[in-house]
Amino acid sequence: MTNPISDIEGADFILAIGTNTTETHPIIGLKVKKAVRHGATLVVVDPRETEVARLAHRHLRLRPGTDIALLNALAHVIIEEGLYNREFVESRTEGFEDLKEVVARYTPEYAAEITGIDAATIREVARGYAKAQNATILYTMGVTQHICGTHNVFAIANLAMLCGHIGKPYSGVNPLRGQNNVQGACDMGALPNVLTGYQSVVSEEVRRKFAVAWGVEALPEKPGLTVGEMIEAAGRGEIRAMYIMGENPVLSDPDAEHVVHALEKLDFLVVQDIFLTETARLADVVLPAASFAEKDGTFTNTERRVQRVRKAIEPVGQAKPDWEIICLVATAMGYPMSYGSPAEIMAEIARLTPSYGGISYERLEKGSLVWPCPAPDHPGTPRLHVEKFARGLGKFHPVEYVPPHEQPDAEYPLVLNTGRRLHHYHTGTMTMRTGALEKHYNQEYLEINPADAARLGIADGERVRVVSRRGQVEVTARVTEVVPPGMVFTSFHFPEVAINKLTNPVRDPVAKIPELKVCAVRVEKIA
Amino acid sequence: MAEVTLTIDGRQVTVPAGSTILEAARAAGVFIPTLCHDPELSLWGGCRLCVVEVPGMRNLPAACVTPAAEGMVVYTASPAVIEARKTILQLLLANHPMDCLTCGRNGDCRLQDYAYMYGVRQAGFAGERHQYPLEEDNPFIVRDLNKCILCGKCVRACAEIQGNYVVDFAYRGFNTKIAPAMDTTLAGSNCVFCGNCVAVCPVGALQEKHLRSAVRTWEVKKVRTVCPYCGTGCTIELNVKDGRVVGVTSTDGEVNGRALCAKGRFGYGFIHHPERLTRPLIKKNGVFEEATWEEAVSLVAEKLAAVKREYGPDAVGVLASARCTNEENYLLSKFARAVLGTNNIDHCARL
Amino acid sequence: MPNVTLTIDGRQVTVPAGTTVLEAAREAGIFIPTLCHDPLLPGWGACRLCVVEIPGMRNLPASCVTPVAEGMVVYTASEAVIEARRTIIDLLLSNHPMDCLTCEKNGDCRLQDYAFLYGVRQPSFKGEKKNYPLDDSNPYIVRDLNKCILCGRCVRTCQAVPERAVIDFGYRGFNTKVVTAMDTPLGDSSCVYCGRCVAVCPVGALTYKPLAGKGRTWEVEKRPVTCTFCESGCAFDLVVKNGRVIGVMAKEPGPGRPLCLKGRLGLELLYVEEPLKPMLKKDGQFVPVSWAEALGLESILDRMKKVEGKEGR
Repeated sequence: MTNPISDIEGADFILAIGTNTTETHPIIGLKVKKAVRHGATLVVVDPRETEVARLAHRHLRLRPGTDIALLNALAHVIIEEGLYNREFVESRTEGFEDLKEVVARYTPEYAAEITGIDAATIREVARGYAKAQNATILYTMGVTQHICGTHNVFAIANLAMLCGHIGKPYSGVNPLRGQNNVQGACDMGALPNVLTGYQSVVSEEVRRKFAVAWGVEALPEKPGLTVGEMIEAAGRGEIRAMYIMGENPVLSDPDAEHVVHALEKLDFLVVQDIFLTETARLADVVLPAASFAEKDGTFTNTERRVQRVRKAIEPVGQAKPDWEIICLVATAMGYPMSYGSPAEIMAEIARLTPSYGGISYERLEKGSLVWPCPAPDHPGTPRLHVEKFARGLGKFHPVEYVPPHEQPDAEYPLVLNTGRRLHHYHTGTMTMRTGALEKHYNQEYLEINPADAARLGIADGERVRVVSRRGQVEVTARVTEVVPPGMVFTSFHFPEVAINKLTNPVRDPVAKIPELKVCAVRVEKIA
Repeated sequence: MAEVTLTIDGRQVTVPAGSTILEAARAAGVFIPTLCHDPELSLWGGCRLCVVEVPGMRNLPAACVTPAAEGMVVYTASPAVIEARKTILQLLLANHPMDCLTCGRNGDCRLQDYAYMYGVRQAGFAGERHQYPLEEDNPFIVRDLNKCILCGKCVRACAEIQGNYVVDFAYRGFNTKIAPAMDTTLAGSNCVFCGNCVAVCPVGALQEKHLRSAVRTWEVKKVRTVCPYCGTGCTIELNVKDGRVVGVTSTDGEVNGRALCAKGRFGYGFIHHPERLTRPLIKKNGVFEEATWEEAVSLVAEKLAAVKREYGPDAVGVLASARCTNEENYLLSKFARAVLGTNNIDHCARL
Repeated sequence: MPNVTLTIDGRQVTVPAGTTVLEAAREAGIFIPTLCHDPLLPGWGACRLCVVEIPGMRNLPASCVTPVAEGMVVYTASEAVIEARRTIIDLLLSNHPMDCLTCEKNGDCRLQDYAFLYGVRQPSFKGEKKNYPLDDSNPYIVRDLNKCILCGRCVRTCQAVPERAVIDFGYRGFNTKVVTAMDTPLGDSSCVYCGRCVAVCPVGALTYKPLAGKGRTWEVEKRPVTCTFCESGCAFDLVVKNGRVIGVMAKEPGPGRPLCLKGRLGLELLYVEEPLKPMLKKDGQFVPVSWAEALGLESILDRMKKVEGKEGR
């Protein structure tokens, strides 16, 4: 997020795109609701009629995967009507003319054809966003899990820069991240192309710095493979061994059956987790890890806030914290690795990472810190891009609409959209074992529109089979207008409804994010 | 901003104009008891426990809703004030089950605190008592309306913190109670079980089901940490007894205040789930067998080294975790790059 | 001494012959609730809360007075045992004031602990309740016989010091109560307020008067301190609330640690931020006295003053 969560309350216009905020980020959802209670205008862009969509002043039920057409049309109206922030565009950005040229084609009428949202509404929303004193954009994976995910984000950034709704309070471009430490895992260089703090592996200087600190001769310079690419490489026999810590790709990744085949093909798989997950079952060695309650450490939240995780109890059984296990394995491989505590590891991170340079456990005891926090006396940076963008001038990246990779056809006439539920989390490893949440929300459903259900002869509560080109699952139907005609929706939380057997592993070429929000399926009633 | 100066219990206090007497007293470190007041919620003035004496005013005004005025003189503990508070407590207790013995909030109950403080040992009034059935038909919250003092904090928390307006006052007079629409149970309403009403309830009317039946309030140690679910980073307190996490409560989190969602507040059961992995496992002939750490670690080291030797470092792939700590992700990145010699490290950021 | 091996809840336990089943269970880390049991006093077996099931035995024996035997099989938490304990607690509660609300022992009361543990929320027996007046006839100990569960720990600990033996059981049946000679208030008895009885009372029947209304059990922290007035070295707890010492409580008496009022008052003077004036009984009435008088230091101080006078200081 460019802005802190608390800024949402102060916005007078909220554009929430592809985010089921009140279910996936309930506490951020509270801020949205509070802003609305205090008079902010809320516009929700989502094919589904989610709770937050029902709260919205305008709910734009666009056709899945048509975000760029909509966003470009918004930019088109803002430029055409002269509503953009000239001062901001002139002093803080570059490439405006390129943007203007590309979006010129995206008249509201043209976008209406693609998105299904009428032109008048597009104009109204464009004016509202542009004229707002402080407008904020929230988005999650409804934006990113498309083959054009990166371009969708560019289109959002273009809009924010066009109106100067960035680099100031109560505004910004705010991706809401789905997991407690997904931000931190990225920050820490758990990515194939960067080391900590997004320092590129292709930079010789960076590699040298880390090689010296880590006491090795050299570090690999070729960017590595992403999760999906690793799975594919494993399927081809190029990856021969994998070390998986606290992840469950068998349920979380698209085209699950392919993931299972790929992992089974490995010469060696080690999984380190708190439960024997669907992925751990395929392992040669399983190492029992401590849960978050059993170790010290830090998590970095979606607004870049680094907070202390504190050990409350001893690890259960013989489980060990993941950091201790990594040290044991590294040492056994001839690289002595040992730390007295996670505080020592953070000290090492701070030495090697400019954006974490001022972060220490001592400071975190007094309260959290928001990176960039380059020095021990730096207060942290809750708002990014104030006065200056990281690269200097903000660059407009004009983007063109491309349709989703897989379109409904005669054989697979419906679009499958996937997401999350309020009472569950990710692959259900934790929330299915709480003694409470899984009792309350104990069965997954396939949301299907009454029109489609009627056509297929499916009644609410009946069992159906959902089939894609890659796989099938059986699930109970919930006939509801939450989904528009032509779309079905379910979550990936329930192992018995392993919906990622069906999803399309085609990826965005830049971010390598799979298109989990759109694939073609057919739904059959189980006789 | 304009300021006003008033005298509270003989002490001069200067506060911003518009402050209430309660705020002024608290700013000056003068204690006034409250039941229905909450700094995060709208002003209410319902319980009257915060009454004070202000010469010249008719009756005893409620400090929480009375603005401080220039030159005002306030007595927070005069005999009239104490008598009024004692009577209020007696009236509340006259219709309150005397079952601190096994009440889950015993030890963390404002009604109990004030009864002890003002020496109100018994109700002092006899009469009809509520006989509502205990509501425990959901896995999260136990509602005991017999213990409800009708302070309305849950109503305001649901509206003003959660924004869901699930409960409100219903009926009239002695029959007044807090109810969802159509007076159903919470399970029959559109309640999402965030438990934010439980967090503000000053008595035992709303209790966390598993936590309050497992331990007494004075037995737990609270450990401040971060929620393990979504990326919002809410602060939670793990309630620990005898080395076990028995519940979660909310506190003054930097991101979330006291608000949590159902997952954060009630999703801790996995920590001690019987299926937790407690021993290293090695698969032999397709079946997992328990192993020692030494066996498991040396096997991992040997196999990874063998693949690296035979097929090169890039034949190994590493998945880090968005659910592990920064320190652990850093170490795994270091392990992949410095020990294995590959950049093949990623995690499920895209999912 | 020969050893005996028995099985408690499926676990083999080996203990010296003569050990009680309760001791053997505790040795093995198995919990059995008790109210009247005092490890420092001879077995009593009155409250019956510690009953266990031993196949072959008639009824459920009280584990605190049942010696172990070779090959004995014991179940400490069988259905019959739990039911018996629930009934015992239920019976105790049926004649117990439900006023944890303001009770000084709330949070540190065994009856409450076990009621919570076994889920006995309300007494299910209706009937007469004791209605004794509160005995606060002295400045040190408040006796609320309505809360007394007649476990007799106070009686036995008082009698353990031969020259004390101030209290015993009086009357019969429902009217049974712990009394001083002639059933006078404690203030009119020969009680020396050593606090032994308060230290062992499992419920709220005996509490310290100086601490009444000063703080709930969960608000205070206890800091152990050893009395140095004499060679006995009795153990006390400083009672600390919000960082301030608000009182001194005797820890349970031990062998050679008899406890006495002087020791506790001395510690109050030493540690408590605002100690109350000591009271001494004169002509049957408690009157406030100087600390010197209360601690028996008057003659010494007088002599010191005289010495000072002679030296002309």
